[in-house]
Amino acid sequence: MLSIRQRGVEALKRQLSKHEYQKLVDEKAPGSHYVRNIIAAFITGGAICSVGQIIMMVLKNFGADKETTASATSIIMVFIGAFLTGINIYDEIGKFGGAGASVPITGFSNSIVSPAMEFKKEGHVMGVGAKMFLIAGPVLVYGIFASVVAGLFYFIWKQVM
Amino acid sequence: MSEIIRAFLLGGCICIIGQILIDFTKITPARIMVIFVVTGVVLGIFGLYQPLIDWGGAGATVPLLGFGNVLAKGVMKEVDETGLLGVFTGGVKAAAAGITAAITFGYIMAIISKPRIKR
Repeated sequence: MLSIRQRGVEALKRQLSKHEYQKLVDEKAPGSHYVRNIIAAFITGGAICSVGQIIMMVLKNFGADKETTASATSIIMVFIGAFLTGINIYDEIGKFGGAGASVPITGFSNSIVSPAMEFKKEGHVMGVGAKMFLIAGPVLVYGIFASVVAGLFYFIWKQVM
Repeated sequence: MSEIIRAFLLGGCICIIGQILIDFTKITPARIMVIFVVTGVVLGIFGLYQPLIDWGGAGATVPLLGFGNVLAKGVMKEVDETGLLGVFTGGVKAAAAGITAAITFGYIMAIISKPRIKR
């Protein structure tokens, strides 16, 4: 049995060597982690979109029309993202896949559940309710604002043409 | 099967763009998400995103670019049907399913699950 202090020293040593190792790796192979990140993002993003495609095909088989299929697919994908975040799996996918996990719509629902879980102790209103939109808020603000600008642009273009 | 492979390829490539932006410009993932949605709106309004959906299916609709495209498509449809009022109703109307699902499932999952203890 190691004493608490010995264990602390051991942990420190391990942490240091891990850090030094990472530094060494970065020096030896600059840019190699870029390649790794890109491949991981491709695989993760591709896999998530394939799941979406399978859901779409299943819904189409049930005879859903185009619009219903599109809406239902996003609802299901959003649910999957929220569920995997809730059981602490999506953050692991994010660690591996980087942008491959955050760019799909499942990443959007992850960005809602993750901060809401973390700030639960601050209460239901200012904790969960407010922190849900930490990242989703800006996405909705700029997305919806852009759609209004686009709509106005389209409206004027229609009058002129 | 070929539909799934195309979705994989297109979705993967779109995510590579996001990853390159994160690694080479130090833009945070949150900003990437904002940029992708706004870019999707711009592509959608000019009809440039539909060809990608036609080719790659969910590979184009699942990434946040597709969410932006839905907003743009929705606002154009509503402007066609109701005129100026559509500018304000179209975007959110079309994206309602995704937004409401995200809020509902997000809230429920946040309430019933516990965050993992950080080491």
